[in-house]
Amino acid sequence: MSILVGSDTRLVVQGITGREGEFHTRASIAYGTKVVAGTRPGKGGQTAIDGTIPIFDTVAEAAKQTGANTSVIYIPAAGAPDAIFEAVDAGIATIICITEGIPALDMISAVEAVRRAGARLIGPNCPGVTSPGRAKVGIIPASIHKPGRVGVVSRSGTLTYEAVQAMTDAGLGQSTCVGIGGDPIIGTTFLDVLKLFRDDPETDAIVMIGEIGGSAEEEAAAFAAEHLKGVPMAAFIAGRTAPPGRRMGHAGAIISGGSGTAAEKMAALEAAGVRVADSPTQLPRLLLEAGYQP
Amino acid sequence: MKIQEADAKSLLLAQGLPVPPWKVARTPAEIEAAARSYFVEGAGRVVIKAQVLVGGRGKAGGVKLAASPAEAADIGSRILGMDIKGIKVRKVLVGAAADIVKEYYLGAIIDRASRRIVLMASAEGGVEIEEVARQNPGAIHRVSADPLLGLLAFQARALGLAIGLRDPLLNPFVAIAQGLFATMKANDADLVEINPLAIVSEKAADGSATQRLVCLDAKITLDDSGLARHKGLEALRDLDEEDPTDAEARRLGINFIHLDGTIGCMVNGAGLAMTTMDLVKHYGGEPANFLDVGGGARHETVCGAMELILADPHVNAILVNIFGGITRGDEVAEGLIEARSEQKRAVPMVVRIVGTNADEAARLLKEANFETAASLDEAAEKAVALSKGASL
Repeated sequence: MSILVGSDTRLVVQGITGREGEFHTRASIAYGTKVVAGTRPGKGGQTAIDGTIPIFDTVAEAAKQTGANTSVIYIPAAGAPDAIFEAVDAGIATIICITEGIPALDMISAVEAVRRAGARLIGPNCPGVTSPGRAKVGIIPASIHKPGRVGVVSRSGTLTYEAVQAMTDAGLGQSTCVGIGGDPIIGTTFLDVLKLFRDDPETDAIVMIGEIGGSAEEEAAAFAAEHLKGVPMAAFIAGRTAPPGRRMGHAGAIISGGSGTAAEKMAALEAAGVRVADSPTQLPRLLLEAGYQP
Repeated sequence: MKIQEADAKSLLLAQGLPVPPWKVARTPAEIEAAARSYFVEGAGRVVIKAQVLVGGRGKAGGVKLAASPAEAADIGSRILGMDIKGIKVRKVLVGAAADIVKEYYLGAIIDRASRRIVLMASAEGGVEIEEVARQNPGAIHRVSADPLLGLLAFQARALGLAIGLRDPLLNPFVAIAQGLFATMKANDADLVEINPLAIVSEKAADGSATQRLVCLDAKITLDDSGLARHKGLEALRDLDEEDPTDAEARRLGINFIHLDGTIGCMVNGAGLAMTTMDLVKHYGGEPANFLDVGGGARHETVCGAMELILADPHVNAILVNIFGGITRGDEVAEGLIEARSEQKRAVPMVVRIVGTNADEAARLLKEANFETAASLDEAAEKAVALSKGASL
């Protein structure tokens, strides 16, 4: 089954003619993802990706003509919130926003619109979602994956690649890898993804990759303590050496007022029975120690 | 981006909030002139406040009162040049000292958990809100602004009532709370704080005493992602308090934070960059910086990043860690080779490049005799050894 994206994903690419949009759409198609449409206002009726993908002026038209149920957004920050609103309005169920640098206040209203419509937003400022062997939406390199039964959820991009590569090297495949994004205001949190993994019959173990800032890891830990008792889990938290009061690259990665430290998050996870790694390369071993049998 | 109190007050004024007048002064003579202007207007005393982007100015002695222009110049000259938490005071704010009856706290933040703007108020003003949160969390009252409708008047009123305000100060409080919210929206601020928001006693024209609410201090942090759409705000960046490398990092489009260690780090991706620092520490070293070259870094960015790292004289080893996705390993390798050929001082380096075009990168690095590592852990261990003087 996997979560969020899979064999039944019908993807519309918002911003398919841009540099990133085109490059990563090719990689998604090569991976076997069903890309059914792209949008570029003013170029409706044309095609993209060597004539294989129809371009529509609007997401609504793309959804109507192709049955698209998922969208991915590769549109610069100034236009990305509008792209989210447009996807919501077109009835898209799962919206994955890769764009980095969207002002936080824009995301407050965008997240609310998504919530009211009962849709789901992943990101922004995220690498996307891959269900290995089935579908890849976003920019996570295809080569690092191996199909399997470990769910991976992370706030980071390249750090996720590092962790997933370590798991694949150790022979531990993944059910779905979800990058939830490094911004302060995101559509889907650790907690939301843990619930999806809990309900997914094809996910047997979970890896969580957090970082400094906010308290989403603590909320996830509280959920895990109560609802994921039998599920082997391992985690890594980045930013143990980060100085307070500085934004560490991600808009959301900041220790403010003494809270949001790596130490607090690690303590909360350990108290919840989650094994916490000193290095992402230890994650496969910790999962096995937690009782995961591939 | 943090901005100075004086600039924060200007942004509040622009939204119609009551902020008493102030002047910014950079020399004792300017302080004296500013103070004199307030004494001429009838002030009993003036307040002189260090303008630095760190909290705890008062405790550090950076906020003082003066009873004459000469005393203001004298006190001001001692505040100028003072070191507050490592920052040299270069300018002060001068204003008439208020006759404070009571101090409150009012602030707005972006709350991640509820994904809304939350306004907070407390009757325990004038002290750090984090301290109130620790000592007496019940004293902080909160309301969440509606994500689409904003802060509604009844919500602001509830907040005012909760901190004990009544007629005739309740309606002015509602206007201030809504103005604070408007300031946040108008400038893409992450945080707007008025601390203290004070009831002050003033003499009316007929000589009788009246009370009103005014904003005596202001702190605003701007969302870096919003700066591009507010052209005027970039000018509020205080270059005096910036590390000189910050401007160069902005020009290159990379994230760079200077730290106190000896191992320079160059990494792609913020999470991986933090992790690389953590592993340096884990293996017994100290990172000299956080550096995320971003996605798709080409050789110009790599060269610029290397110059930034080497500009720190404490750096005695460099760790390059690239997990190529959008970033192509061979382009980074080419950049490293070029950077090394232009390098002004020899610093040992260990390079790890995996992911997109890693094989090509490995060939280039081998030809150029770079020390390489296969895993993140190996790279960190090697960098620590190099920093401690080992030759690999």
